[in-house]
Amino acid sequence: MKNFLKLKNCSAVKVETLPVLPFAEFRQTLIESTGKGKCRVSAFFPLQKSSETFLCALLIDPEEHSLYCALSPVGNSFLSLTPEAPVFHWFERELFEKYGIKAEGHPWLKPIRKADGEYFTMAGDAVNEVAVGPVHAGVIEPGHFRFQCMGEKVYSLEISLGYQSRGVEKLLEGKYSSRTLPLFESAAGDTAAAAATGACALIEALSGTVISERAQQIRAILIELERVANHTGDLGALAGDVAYLPTASFCGRIRGEYLNMTAEICGNRFGRNCIIPGGVRYDIEPARCEKLLAHLRRVNPELKHALDLMFDSPTVLDRFENTGSVSLETARSIGLVGPAGRASGVKLDLRYDLPSGAYKNSAPKQAPCGAGDVLSRAKVRYHEIFASLEFIEKTLIDLAQGELCTPCITALQPDSIAFSLTEAWRGELCQIIVTDTQGNIDQCRIVDPSFHNWFGLAMALRNEEISNFPICNKSFNLSYCGHDL
Amino acid sequence: MLKAFMARLRQGYRTGKFPSAPPVLPDRFAGRPEVFPEKVSDEARNTCPVAAISESGRIDLGRCIFCGKCAKVCPEGIRFTEEYRLGAFSHEALTVPGVDPWQESSNPELRKLCGKSFKIRQVSAGGCAACELDFNVLNTLAWDIGRFGIQVVASPRHADALLVTGPVSDNMRLALEKTYNAMPKPSFVIAGGACAISGGLYGEGTTAGGVESILPVDMYVPGCPPHPAVMLEALLRLIAYR
Ligand code: SF4
Repeated sequence: MKNFLKLKNCSAVKVETLPVLPFAEFRQTLIESTGKGKCRVSAFFPLQKSSETFLCALLIDPEEHSLYCALSPVGNSFLSLTPEAPVFHWFERELFEKYGIKAEGHPWLKPIRKADGEYFTMAGDAVNEVAVGPVHAGVIEPGHFRFQCMGEKVYSLEISLGYQSRGVEKLLEGKYSSRTLPLFESAAGDTAAAAATGACALIEALSGTVISERAQQIRAILIELERVANHTGDLGALAGDVAYLPTASFCGRIRGEYLNMTAEICGNRFGRNCIIPGGVRYDIEPARCEKLLAHLRRVNPELKHALDLMFDSPTVLDRFENTGSVSLETARSIGLVGPAGRASGVKLDLRYDLPSGAYKNSAPKQAPCGAGDVLSRAKVRYHEIFASLEFIEKTLIDLAQGELCTPCITALQPDSIAFSLTEAWRGELCQIIVTDTQGNIDQCRIVDPSFHNWFGLAMALRNEEISNFPICNKSFNLSYCGHDL
Repeated sequence: MLKAFMARLRQGYRTGKFPSAPPVLPDRFAGRPEVFPEKVSDEARNTCPVAAISESGRIDLGRCIFCGKCAKVCPEGIRFTEEYRLGAFSHEALTVPGVDPWQESSNPELRKLCGKSFKIRQVSAGGCAACELDFNVLNTLAWDIGRFGIQVVASPRHADALLVTGPVSDNMRLALEKTYNAMPKPSFVIAGGACAISGGLYGEGTTAGGVESILPVDMYVPGCPPHPAVMLEALLRLIAYR
């Protein structure tokens, strides 16, 4: 990564210190470093600097545990990287839609959040097209799916999003206010703890605040409870989708137990309003800690029992195995993250690769990678649940003494850019704040894990039976609102 | 098969006691606030992320995201209680202090038509999905809304009521209107959560700022998101379940 600036996770630098590279060199470095799956691209967005537009790329090198950033000037267009490095395809579509910066030579430069438009189609008498959404059958978020099929077989699935767009990034601009954190938290409502932790890390980096170990631990406990609750719910839903009702109904209830534990800590089942710049608002006092430990020890075996029941059932395994496979090669080339990536063999987990907060000292055990099918995605989540539960228990027992919240001035350092990368339950969550000369938020970027993974779902459906869509979908369970913002 | 039976025995009966007993809520749960308008400070008003506190020191629960910031800076004027009966039949009844919303009764036509069987079509229109998730919870065995004759249906043609969550993003407006129009009349609308009631955090975003400006609303369920107990209590009151 010659000429890129090496950064620390959750740090802030002056915008002027970011190296500016000639476009040809910038492009070449990006293609080469991401090409062999060595680095992954976390953010790719325009940055205004003295009224000139630059492209900014943020890359992770997981093996070297480092983060790199550089800029390159662009006008209204640039030579697309996608034909050589497909991992940029979604970013380039976003660049064109949102800022009108055109990636010349991009094969499919369609908006990603317009919630409409032309679809890819197949020609021929035997082709049938299936359209689903935006309003789906169940109680879920809106999105539109276009399947190109012959008989039952899906040749292509196009996912059209944007129905949840409400302008989160724009609303975040301006002075830091009491609204900033709630907006970050509700970018994707089921990822509030991870989002708040990442966002607070940005504010803390931009104000030079150091938080106590205890606060970091409480944040990590909330993030891991969030992971456990969501994985539990999804595994239950997967069971439901293959009509294995015992696990479906047990997990539905057990997910609620973990949400209630979160509420026990902060009053809100989604972990909101607890993580604030400087630390956390609510303590886990000894009595509460005991109560939580007792609750965990009661529920964890029930969960294990409910899940083992499903993974012992041949009819379930038969439906999960070899369904919706995404190969390691594909996963790498499109940049899958989180459990979905790990299920395909992409060993990326920010809790190890770029640890921040409490994860610097310890992190849950890593789950073994899988073969890329629904079963692998389910298994990875299964392992992650129990690793996280072990971590939560251990952290509760080892809670350090210390202040809950150190005073944090929210006057942010001007002309700076701060980055944070957090391993949310769906994977890498990247948040960026750029401040102006007054220290106001000039630009805000949120790259939800779903931004990387939606295309993975489309790939999982290739050559798959259309009736397998629900379980493929559930095995990813991506966020519409986190993507649409 | 035998294993599944044994598992069922081991997992036991887990449906909560509500409504015959009050729901179990955590001690830090923020329910309906107690507000003393004359004591509500400017600081409290200005700290509110969604401008839910009026000049006169009253809180509009339809806007409130229950973040508790106001109570922290102004404990003498605002205190959150455990009161979970937050749902109201009019937006006005969401103002605190004001009427106790649970004293009012619901639309008699609705009670007559839907007292024993109430089918809900949910539409998610913008928002962050937390409302949907906590509404879905009512379908799990922990709450089991089926026992009250309440069922979530896929087709709007089968629905008595439309539950809208989210501020109604510009991109979802058409789909929401189409869904509503596809419902047999009379049909009823429930606004679930701060976003659907008032736009919540996104009133100034690319949204309609809530469903009220688009459809007539019969029930308002505050919260960000509404706790399952809050939602269920509101639904039971709506259909006058006994
Ligand atoms: S609790 Fe409600 S009224 Fe109070 S500051 Fe938060 S949103 Fe505003």
